[in-house]
Amino acid sequence: MRAAFVRGLSAAARQDPRVMLLTSDLGFKIFDEFAGEFPGRFLNVGVAESNMIGVAAGLALDGMRPFAYSIAPFATLRCLEQIRNDVCYHQAAVTIVGVGGGYSYGPNGPTHHSLEDIAVMRALPNMTVLCPGDPVEVEQAVGAAAAHGLPVYLRIGRAGDPVVHRGSVRFEIGRALTVRDGRDCTLVSTGNILPLAVETSDRLRANSIACRVLSMHTVKPLDEAALRACAEETRALFTIEEHSRIGGLGSAIAEWSAMNRVPGPLCLFGAEDRFASTTGSQAYLRGLNGLTVERVSESIAAKLAGAVSC
Amino acid sequence: MAHAGRTPHVGSALSCVDLLVALYFSVLRVDPSKPNDPDRDRLLLSKGHGCMAQYGALAERGFFPESALDEYARDGGRLAEHPGPHCVPGIEAATGSLGHGLPMGAGMALAAKLRGASYRVFVVLSDGECYEGSVWEAALFAPVQHLDGLTAIVDYNGWSAMSRTHLAMDPFAEKWRAFGWSVREVDGHDVSAVASVLAAVPFEPGRPSAIIARTLKGKGVSFMENDLEWHYRPPNDDDLRRALLEISG
Ligand SMILES: Cc1ncc(C[n+]2csc(CCOP(=O)(O)OP(=O)(O)O)c2C)c(N)n1
Ligand SMILES: [Mg+2]
Repeated sequence: MRAAFVRGLSAAARQDPRVMLLTSDLGFKIFDEFAGEFPGRFLNVGVAESNMIGVAAGLALDGMRPFAYSIAPFATLRCLEQIRNDVCYHQAAVTIVGVGGGYSYGPNGPTHHSLEDIAVMRALPNMTVLCPGDPVEVEQAVGAAAAHGLPVYLRIGRAGDPVVHRGSVRFEIGRALTVRDGRDCTLVSTGNILPLAVETSDRLRANSIACRVLSMHTVKPLDEAALRACAEETRALFTIEEHSRIGGLGSAIAEWSAMNRVPGPLCLFGAEDRFASTTGSQAYLRGLNGLTVERVSESIAAKLAGAVSC
Repeated sequence: MAHAGRTPHVGSALSCVDLLVALYFSVLRVDPSKPNDPDRDRLLLSKGHGCMAQYGALAERGFFPESALDEYARDGGRLAEHPGPHCVPGIEAATGSLGHGLPMGAGMALAAKLRGASYRVFVVLSDGECYEGSVWEAALFAPVQHLDGLTAIVDYNGWSAMSRTHLAMDPFAEKWRAFGWSVREVDGHDVSAVASVLAAVPFEPGRPSAIIARTLKGKGVSFMENDLEWHYRPPNDDDLRRALLEISG
């Protein structure tokens, strides 16, 4: 997704001379071409995330469209008050880019995992939260963020995230994408776990369960119309995210569902409320949290059969 | 470890390994058989990404068997690419997000004062890390609190993860001095020089001590020295063979 981000950013920068990139010492080599093509519009501020966000806010308040890039926990939590006050309070046109959502930085350990960023960014007034599901979505999300003119949090994976969308998609902020259609249940996915959601749907289909898959790439604002349609047209909503079950996509949909008397059950798949106690790859850490195609499809099948409740 | 675990940060580990050897083998008052002794000296590797050097030094010093090093970056293992709190004996706190070690170390040194304990606290930082404001917040705090039990050792290799650091850091020693620290500079790869400087802390009573250690990123392996590539690249079989050949002479 990193490479797709850079492609999207270059395209946005060609269209809009206000677009620029700040990094806090992350992205070795990947921005060399960008820096060459857009002199003066790439800046490494050093390992100083709080400063980066403050500087980005200042740039935005005086007419630029900065993107501020770091590993997701450092781009969000480290400089949270700068994001809240300098960016969100001022409605500054800053896009904060968190690379390595969820367990993308698996063996680096919990300091590098990002399982709370959606929750925290979602709570900020004026913030739009984008978690594109594959490189195709990422590339377009960058353009949408640049054009948005308001605070955006853009959460991406790392390298090697598989492509889900064959051909192009129409990425619109706040409009979920339907990746698979089906009438038995809906699996709403956000961010880099989308490939797993699609595989789950394919596996369930082999068991005659037709599972619709939505890429809810915008967690805030939620696409309530799409959710309502799914709630009415399918028997159950499931959410999946590589993020804590507290405060993320599942929480957001649960809040919406509770407040809007939405019919049908809702079940959440996501990370447990704990720091990883052992190290391991992204796949391994997903597995510890039940986020595998096997476990999720079994669980969905059992729930639809009424064998277990959510 | 980096070869087996396919991890980056070899250059970072080689940059600080001599500092850690001096600390663990000559300076720190620690007993590997009593890793939780309340009076032990504390060492925080604030540049947590250099932890391969720390894991290796701790194993060599007897804090845990060398076989545990195989758990590095392995599924289900205890040793992540950045250390977790007490993930193995000898690791005092989690680091990995830069800019956390010095404030925590200051807190530990303050606790020693408040409790009348005799242990000392050593924090190893990197120069890129010194872009973080939190480093300088602690740097302001420690002299005001007269934390002479606190020593900051900066691994000044002149590189962050993407660029040179001199422009921002220099004059480095003067910066620390201006904040109220007692400062010495040393060749960070001369283990006995490092050990003798460290033996002299606190340099001045009532003041925290700072040591600017001149280092080389990737020190000891000619093709890794001063080359940012080795902040990232896991060594392959051939790299490993050549590196071991150079190190063992
Ligand atoms: C808060 C934070 N931001 C970014 C990073 C990513 N990162 C890891 S090492 C590094 C910089 C490396 O340079 P330096 O700090 O000088 O360490 P060296 O390897 O040179 O000893 C960066 C930016 C991080 N670990 N923590
Ligand atoms: Mg350095």
